[in-house]
Amino acid sequence: MNGQIALKGGLQNAAANEKPAEKTGVKWGYKHNGYYALKTLFTVAGFIAAIIVNIVFPQKAEVEFKTYIISAFGLQLSLDINDAYIFVLFALILVFLGIGLASLNDKDKRKKYCRSAAFRFALGIALAVWDIGGTKLQIFPQPFFPGPAQVIETYLADGAYVVQNTLYSLRLYACGFSCGVLLGVGTGILIGWFPKVNYWVFPVLKISGVVPAVAWMPFALTLLPTSFTAAVFLIVICAWFQIAFLTAQGIQSTPKQNYEAARILGSSQLDLIFHVAIPHAMPDIFTGIGSANAMAFTTLVMSEMLGQPGGLGYYINQSKVWSAYYKVLAAIVIMAVLFSLINYFIGLIRRRTLRWQEGVLKK
Amino acid sequence: MSSTIGISNVNRVYTDTDGNQVNALNDVSLDIRPGEFISIIGPSGCGKTTLLRLIAGLDKPQSGTLTIDDTRITDVSPERGYVFQQGSLFPWLTVENNIAYGLKARRVFKQNRDKIGKYISMVGLNGFEKSYPHQISGGMAQRVAIARALINEPKALLLDEPMGALDSFTRADLQDKLLELWKENGITMILVTHDIDEAIYLSDRIVIMTPRPGKISRVIDVDLPRPRHRGGGEFLAMRRSILQFFELAQAEPQPEYVI
Repeated sequence: MNGQIALKGGLQNAAANEKPAEKTGVKWGYKHNGYYALKTLFTVAGFIAAIIVNIVFPQKAEVEFKTYIISAFGLQLSLDINDAYIFVLFALILVFLGIGLASLNDKDKRKKYCRSAAFRFALGIALAVWDIGGTKLQIFPQPFFPGPAQVIETYLADGAYVVQNTLYSLRLYACGFSCGVLLGVGTGILIGWFPKVNYWVFPVLKISGVVPAVAWMPFALTLLPTSFTAAVFLIVICAWFQIAFLTAQGIQSTPKQNYEAARILGSSQLDLIFHVAIPHAMPDIFTGIGSANAMAFTTLVMSEMLGQPGGLGYYINQSKVWSAYYKVLAAIVIMAVLFSLINYFIGLIRRRTLRWQEGVLKK
Repeated sequence: MSSTIGISNVNRVYTDTDGNQVNALNDVSLDIRPGEFISIIGPSGCGKTTLLRLIAGLDKPQSGTLTIDDTRITDVSPERGYVFQQGSLFPWLTVENNIAYGLKARRVFKQNRDKIGKYISMVGLNGFEKSYPHQISGGMAQRVAIARALINEPKALLLDEPMGALDSFTRADLQDKLLELWKENGITMILVTHDIDEAIYLSDRIVIMTPRPGKISRVIDVDLPRPRHRGGGEFLAMRRSILQFFELAQAEPQPEYVI
């Protein structure tokens, strides 16, 4: 009985709902402009709250707010670190408003933006809590957990040096990882294609592949001419083995029928490698690149901490000596952003290359 | 366009995983006429696919010779197109790039670019040029495989149960398409199948093979007028006689029972 009534009610409601929908033309949801505006407001509300908290909440703990003078575009700007924090919050608000505006005309992006709203709101609230706990009241243990304003101070006080170390890390990563990918794919193809190479090289790869690359550091540092090449070498070997292993696997698992079809259609041996085996191995190659990438980040930071004249790992080590934990946090924030960006670009290339798999695999 | 294929006294022995010698083909001889549609039928294990792979050049006989226009077949060649049962399309290439593969492999793509469109419409796949193999149905995938083989303008098209994995409606549809393509291109068709109706519907001649050892037991001329009607009296009579043959063939004493 109840079910029947509920069903009837549902039908009536649906009929009643049609009328306002006709007026606006869109159902209430991410496609609806009003709903989208509310979600946009929700997205930035957390950051607005963080600004209000920063202004309204009384400063109880004794924190020195240094003032820095920034000159940009011919303007001299005098800024204390708390202003800088508010400035960053404003920038975040603008960025998220910008994303909201850019996603306005794309159905999928709109949906994604609405779905992210709650998390972004929480992010703003978390910043406010961090501000209270780290700066306003300083109830978090100091100097390990300074507030957001002090972390931002690093970029004001130490900006050029941080950029220099970031570029050093980036250069090291780019040299090491690109060489590692090239060598890994090359070796993997040879192992996958030639049984002789497989017999002699594969076991070596398998055994040495389980050793973390940093274990070779003493040799690398003494035998290679500069510490930069030593670190490149370590990143190369950590990427090389992983990628070679998976490339070989991808080549070896190519169905025989694909080769036979290609041969009958007129392929040469080289065509079989480059137009059948390698395209087939592509998903595996990218799996290898993905996991090698994560290991390369580890190796990068470790080798910077243990014997480099620069880099973010070096910067962390140096700051730790002076108990400047706000600088350590600042470097970690940069790493998080930088490595996420690298992952994003690798993902972009992967999606482009493996477009043919779309819809086959569960996302 | 088409050509004569000669198979004389071909033997092929395999060693299976248990180390036993399997006589896949035992003294097989057959002459295939130019432009003929010939079907090879028989139960599994009779060596019909082995024979097709030998004609393609994917496999070599222990003794005997295979020729095409009096030249020995020693290796694969684009002049003998091959359509596999299923799953031989390159999943990383679109429909049109799969079809264009032969042109690119033979380094004649640039001067023949316009042929791709022609072959796509020949197999009725307009609108699916940019689709990937996993996005189209099994019947469509087989049509892509046929177009991919035909674009090389082969003298013969070898079909290894190309409709074995399709449902009966798609199968009937593809059979008609195949006849159309055969008439249009005038090439020799060699079809391996285990479907008696399919063989009668399509072929000029049917080669019946039996296993242990794999050999040709009988060659039947199908002289029914085209287009053929699947439910026609003569059609059914022929079907009955082939079925009877297989029952008789199975009733023959098998060598392993002889002491």
